Amino acid sequence: MSGSTNVVAMKKVVQQLRLEAGINRVKVSQAAADLQQFCLQNAQQDPLLTGMSSSNNPFRPQKVCSFL
Amino acid sequence: MAAEKAEMDALKKECDGLRAQIEAARKAVNDGSMSAAASGVASVGRVQLKLRKTLKGHLAKIYAMHWSADSRQMVSASQDGKLLIWDCFTGNKLVAVPLKSAWVMSVAFAPSGNLVASGGLDNICTVYNIKAASPKTLRELDAHTGYLSCCRFLSDTEILTASGDTTCCLWDLETGKQKVIFTNHIGDCMSLALSPDMNTFISGACDSLAKLWDLREGACKQTFSGHTSDINAISFFQSGNAIITGSDDCQCKMYDLRSDQEVICYQDASLNAGVTSLALSSSGRLIFAGYDDFNCHIWDSLKGEKVGVLSGHDNRVSCTGVPDDGMGVCTGSWDSFLKLWN
Repeated sequence: MSGSTNVVAMKKVVQQLRLEAGINRVKVSQAAADLQQFCLQNAQQDPLLTGMSSSNNPFRPQKVCSFL
Repeated sequence: MAAEKAEMDALKKECDGLRAQIEAARKAVNDGSMSAAASGVASVGRVQLKLRKTLKGHLAKIYAMHWSADSRQMVSASQDGKLLIWDCFTGNKLVAVPLKSAWVMSVAFAPSGNLVASGGLDNICTVYNIKAASPKTLRELDAHTGYLSCCRFLSDTEILTASGDTTCCLWDLETGKQKVIFTNHIGDCMSLALSPDMNTFISGACDSLAKLWDLREGACKQTFSGHTSDINAISFFQSGNAIITGSDDCQCKMYDLRSDQEVICYQDASLNAGVTSLALSSSGRLIFAGYDDFNCHIWDSLKGEKVGVLSGHDNRVSCTGVPDDGMGVCTGSWDSFLKLWN
C-alpha cells in the first residue's frame, strides 16, 4: 500500500533528524580559534604561502650551467 | 486511511519540531563570526602564483584530475576517452588508458600509485592496474543506477563512489561487491571527500546539502544546509574539523563539523559563475576554487576575502587539485589543457 510506504519513509526522516539533533555542538568562537591556530601553526610549511626558490621548485625547469 | 493520515501528520509535526530544535541548538553556539575572529590575523596579501607548465595532450574537455600520493604523478580524464598519467616534474605523459566509455566524469589515483579508477555516464567505476605492462582493467564496479560523479580510493582494496542515483557506496575491490551503501541525499551526489583519519567522509549533492557519513556504519551523522543550488565540490580542511563546499550558487562555504554549521561564506558580487571544483593549500589558509568563468579564484579561508586569481584557461575550469606536499596547484579545463601553478 503506497500509504504505509509513506509512513515508513517519514519514520526514517524522523529517525535521521533525531540522530542529527542529538549531537553536541561546540561554540563557533572556539571552532574559529582552533581553525585559525591550525592555519597559523602550519603556515611556515605551506609552500604556496611562503613561496620557494627555483632550485626547490619541482615544476620549474632547472637552468643548467656548463663550464666552457 | 484516517488513522494513517493522523500518523503522517504526527510524524510531520515531529519533523518540524526536530528541525526547529536543530536550528535552535546551532544558534545557541553561534557566539561569534569566523571573519570577525580573524580580524587579528595578518593578511596573506595578494597571492600571485605563476604558471609553470601547461600540459597538452588531451583532445577534448578535461573533466577530472587527481594527484598521486607521491605529489609527482597526476591522472587526468577527458571526454576524448582517455585517462593520461603525467609526470608533473618533467611534463611527460607516462601512461595512456583508453576508456570503454568516453563519457568520463571522475578519476582517482590509489594511494599506492598502483591503481587508477574512473567512471561517468556509464554508471560504472572501472579500476585499472597501471603498473602492468599495459593498463589492465582490474574491476568493473557496476551497481549504481545513475552516473558516477566521483570516486576515491581508501586503499588498493577499497574504493568510495558517489553517484547521480543519490547514493554513495563503499566497494570491496577484492570481491567487486558493494560493502556499504550510503543513502540519505535526495538529489544527485556530485562530489565526495575522505576525512584525514579515514573514519568518515563528506558528500555534496544536487539537493544543495552536504552530509557527513560514518564510513563503517553507513549512517549519515550530520547534514549541512545553506547553499541554494547543486554542490559540485567538497573538501576536508586538513585538521578534519571543517569542510569546504563549492556550489552552482556561485559561493563556497566553510562548515565547522563540531559547531554543526556554516561559519564563513566565500562570495563576491562580481563573481556570477558557478564553482566547479576546489582544493586547499597544505595549511588550509588558501582555497583554490575553479569557476565557470574560466578562472580559478584564490580565497583566504580565515578572512573570507578573495586574494588572487589563476587566469589562463580558455574555458571553464572543471577540476583543481593540490598535491600532498603542497608544492603547487593543478587546474584542468574544458579547453583540454592542465596547468601547474606555484
